[in-house]
Amino acid sequence: MTANTEIFQLLPHLVIGVGIVLSVVIEISTKKSESILPWFTILIFVFAGAHSIINVYDYQILFGGMYAIGGVTAIFNFIFTIGAAIMVLNAVDYIKKSKMNFGEFYILVQSSVLGMMLMAGARDLFMIFIGLELMSICFYVLAGINRSRMGNTEAALKYFLLGAFATGFIVFGIALIYGTAKSTSIDQIVFAYEYFITDVLFLTGLALFVIGFLFKIAAFPFHMWVPDVYQGAATPVTGLMSTTGKAAAFSVLIIILSAVFTQNITNNFEILFAVIATLSMLYGSIVAIAQDNLKRMLAYSSIAHAGYMTIGLAAGNIESVSGIIFYLTAYAFMNLGAFGVIALIEGSNEENLDINSYSGLNSKSPILAGFMALFMFALAGIPPMAGFFGKYYVFVASIKADLTWLAIVGVFSSAISVYFYLRVVVYMYFKDSTSSIIIKNSFTGLLAVIISGLLVLVFGILPDTLFSIITSVLSY
Amino acid sequence: MIEQYLPIILVLVVAAVFAAAIVFSSRLFGPQQPSKIKIMPYESGKDPVGSTHERVSIKYYIVAMMFIIFDIEVIYLYPWGVEFRNLYNEYGFFAFWPMLVFLIVLELGFLYIYKKGALKWD
Amino acid sequence: MIELIYLTILLPLLGFVINGFFGKKIGNEKVIGLIGSSTVGISFVISLLALIETINLPVEQRTNVVELFTWMSVGSLNISFSYLVDQLSLVMALIVTGVGFLIHVYSIGYMHGDKGFYRFFAYMNLFIFAMMNLVLGDNFVVLFLGWEGVGLCSYLLIGYYYDQKFEKGTVAQAAKKAFIVNRIGDFGFLLGMFLIFETFNSLNFLEVFSQAKHLTGAESTFGFIALFLFIGATGKSAQIPLFVWLPDAMAGPTPVSALIHAATMVTAGVYMVARASIIFASAPVILAVVAVIGLLTAVFAATIGLVQTDIKKVLAYSTVSQLGYMFLAAGVGAFSAAIFHVMTHAFFKALLFLGAGSVIHSMHHQQDIMHYGGLKKYMPVTFLTFIIAAFAISGFPGLSGFFSKDEILWFSYANGNFVYWLLGALTAVLTAFYMFRLVSLTFFGEERFSHDKYHPHESPKVMTIPLIILAVLSVIGGWIGIPEVFSGEHGNVFHNWLAPIFLDAELKLAYYGAHSHTEELILMAISVSAALFSMYGAFKIYTQRREIAEKFALKFKKAYMVLLNKYYVDEFYEATVIQPIQKSSEKFLWKIADNKLIDGIVNGTAVVITSFSSVIKKMQTGVAQVYALIMMTGIAAILFWIILSL
Repeated sequence: MTANTEIFQLLPHLVIGVGIVLSVVIEISTKKSESILPWFTILIFVFAGAHSIINVYDYQILFGGMYAIGGVTAIFNFIFTIGAAIMVLNAVDYIKKSKMNFGEFYILVQSSVLGMMLMAGARDLFMIFIGLELMSICFYVLAGINRSRMGNTEAALKYFLLGAFATGFIVFGIALIYGTAKSTSIDQIVFAYEYFITDVLFLTGLALFVIGFLFKIAAFPFHMWVPDVYQGAATPVTGLMSTTGKAAAFSVLIIILSAVFTQNITNNFEILFAVIATLSMLYGSIVAIAQDNLKRMLAYSSIAHAGYMTIGLAAGNIESVSGIIFYLTAYAFMNLGAFGVIALIEGSNEENLDINSYSGLNSKSPILAGFMALFMFALAGIPPMAGFFGKYYVFVASIKADLTWLAIVGVFSSAISVYFYLRVVVYMYFKDSTSSIIIKNSFTGLLAVIISGLLVLVFGILPDTLFSIITSVLSY
Repeated sequence: MIEQYLPIILVLVVAAVFAAAIVFSSRLFGPQQPSKIKIMPYESGKDPVGSTHERVSIKYYIVAMMFIIFDIEVIYLYPWGVEFRNLYNEYGFFAFWPMLVFLIVLELGFLYIYKKGALKWD
Repeated sequence: MIELIYLTILLPLLGFVINGFFGKKIGNEKVIGLIGSSTVGISFVISLLALIETINLPVEQRTNVVELFTWMSVGSLNISFSYLVDQLSLVMALIVTGVGFLIHVYSIGYMHGDKGFYRFFAYMNLFIFAMMNLVLGDNFVVLFLGWEGVGLCSYLLIGYYYDQKFEKGTVAQAAKKAFIVNRIGDFGFLLGMFLIFETFNSLNFLEVFSQAKHLTGAESTFGFIALFLFIGATGKSAQIPLFVWLPDAMAGPTPVSALIHAATMVTAGVYMVARASIIFASAPVILAVVAVIGLLTAVFAATIGLVQTDIKKVLAYSTVSQLGYMFLAAGVGAFSAAIFHVMTHAFFKALLFLGAGSVIHSMHHQQDIMHYGGLKKYMPVTFLTFIIAAFAISGFPGLSGFFSKDEILWFSYANGNFVYWLLGALTAVLTAFYMFRLVSLTFFGEERFSHDKYHPHESPKVMTIPLIILAVLSVIGGWIGIPEVFSGEHGNVFHNWLAPIFLDAELKLAYYGAHSHTEELILMAISVSAALFSMYGAFKIYTQRREIAEKFALKFKKAYMVLLNKYYVDEFYEATVIQPIQKSSEKFLWKIADNKLIDGIVNGTAVVITSFSSVIKKMQTGVAQVYALIMMTGIAAILFWIILSL
């Protein structure tokens, strides 16, 4: 009987679910859906985000241990919904500009966010899988939403092929875990983690499961799809995939490894994650140097950032988890901001993505140049921007876990990455303009950039506001 | 641990060896005198026309996919319908509403593709 | 109002943001000036209300912490933006905002027509913001933030006329000098902070000081902390050996000299020593060093002041000398006397600078007092207020400077020794002399300027009203700190007000030798009469018989030249510190270490990484099958590792 009322605890999910259905209705019933849908989408996202963050301390397990709300889940939901809202705000004019006016865009974004929320809240392997599929399938379609462009189609196809490949491993992993642990409930698996962890089949299953999600967070060597897909997909979509998608995958990794983080169980994966983190950081930072296309550069930078966050998984303590969550929040807003600026500067047919287009930007649009510089500094991890504290918390946690060498590699890699981030700043401020790009005014796009910029600054100047919430809810 | 799976592995190995042996034995022992008519694709006794790798119009796929949607709908509806009396006794009308919601969402989806012109043949 | 104290910090910041970012667009001087000064004015009112509220609280509840937000908290390191509202910080906040407000108003007139009007007010507001952080912060980090902030603003404002010449170099060089010399001090301050955190595991004032109170022994640790902090103070407060930047800082606009280089920023060192009084009191040796350095600086700068001919230079050396006084007071354990002198000095020195600014303003930026003379009839208000300030600084009985200075002199004798007193009194005599030399040469005697070129006139009301207010304060400002010899037991209001803050330090020092009031009165009489005589002498010589001064200069030509050239300290630093560093940095660091070694390493790494990057970039073929293959390899490797590791 409880299922009756428990369903209403999932208000944000219900709102988005109903929102999807209503969006379908709006799309078919009126010609003006183009101007209604984005605002409708933003409205339900903001509501869901606000509801989640308000109820952050209201931690509950629902449906017989199938699903959880509040706590860390609420923080992740906040990242997903607010990130997606910013992205939609940014995309309104982008969609008009690049003539891909499909109502499906908004419906798919909502569905993917619902999938992410299901992933973050799930306490059961099947639930995770349903959420993952909902998110991934929407992403495959979103990547190729503009069918008239070769790049879009290519990105979608590659993403789909490799994503399906990775999903296969996840399912295989779930099968092996179920076979050994005889349960798909994460709480039960975590409860008896110690007994399974020496079982080769369980360990293999867990490894396959983790590998699937390492693919989603774009860690080396499962990153190969990232540059092509990020470059090919429409810019706002890339922004969404690289931030909220990554956060969703991390939420699952944190849940599935929660026994390691909370119960002081030996971290079998420590070396594995440490090696993957090292390779991701170095590979991402080094290859990004040779990129001239900004979207491609940010794709490699996203691999490097996945590496920094994986340091936290390797460290395997409570501090590192809160560090990862803070990092994800910071990364979500700075990366969305950076992609937002790129989307504003991009021409109607994927022009002006080259770094040369940004030369002398300061003289043409000081606001955009200023914000781009802000995001580049934040991504490079320069205080007082939020990116600095993300790295700082993760590095401190890794030193506590006796992984000082990993922190050193991280700092070294950050030093390399400063080169390509600041290259953009140098082009914007110290090079004379060579190209004659025309930046179309977009109030909503600019608003999205400003909001992300403010959030990056707020979390940089007042990191403790967010960090104390994260640490306090992690104690559940 | 692993030993108990040994019979399965044995079966797999035997099956693979047996299949390979059959395929290769016909190659090895059978006479091979190919002629033009012999290697022609079999098309119900008629002479084949055009390429065998013909592309099918994407519209067939769309119809096929829509068929799957309703297929799944029926799969869900059937056991529900069979068990409805018991469910009703236990849960009351709560057993009814979720299915209604499911159907409405599904039909809305169908309406959507219809409005988008997925069923227009030309 | 105590809990709203953060507004006093945020409002100037708001002013800075408005004027700094939109000032150019606003353009209207009145609006900019109004924004600039009203933000500081409101801050002053809030501070005043907070003071009244604090006065009404019982003594033991007068220390309040207003927490704004926690900046970061990692392990035992907890840094928060919180502000300490207590007797000491309120006094400082009132000085900063009060005097700051008057100077802002004055600047509206003084900077009239300047093309960088908005820039000036933006920097001034930023300065007030930083300075309020400095005096109100409740931990060393916020204090240091303000400390660096005021240094930055000082640099920006000294270099305000960055495109003009100043003495032998340019204004920009003077600004750079101030910044670099301050950095040396800041380095010491930082070391002190590290040592504090190492020792007490906290940087919060209340925690550190309460621990320090109980910590006995460990004198060498305290000694090093105090020494490092004091090095920081010598930089910021222009003491030997780091005082050289302050005279050059006069390159900035005169209101800047009044606000930053006389009334507020340079007293930050004194404030910091007073704030950390318990640490200094625990290291008596360093406290003695503070006293000696202060005393030497006081005498040293006063002698230089005797012969300077630039009106602002005289005042600059006078400031250095008075700051020395304050450190003398702190060094003998009379912390409240030091703060008292900070306050009175803020009144009359700001007044002197603003008066000088008024003169300079009307004399078309002529600053040489040899080209002034007889100005009193052209600018009566400026003359009157200026001479009041001169009387105050010279310690004329009844004026503010008299009370604060004599308190310091008395404590230097009572807690120190006779030599301290003697040199202190000598400084007072010298101060009286050069101040009245300045007054005489400027306002009295024959007019030594051509009327074709200069048309001296009184300044507008917006400038003279702040002068008048400051003059009133210079007269009555000392009445809240009348020494007990006149006001009876516990009659010194100011001292009683601050006493709880310095109680611990004074208990640790346990001075208070038994000295009779008669002794105090005799010493006071001697120093005051000497100063009065010196004032009269200077007035006589420089208004009627200037040949005496010239003869004197000729007779002791060598000594005169030494003084005129400021003891060749700048030249000494140039030869011993700057030149060797420049030479070695040019010959070795730049050409070999930097160009060859470091650039080689950096460029080499960059080249290697870039070429490496271009090579592995080729792994990204674009073929999805290859991607899947690489993934598969990774999966195989991981599974292999997992199975092997079991």
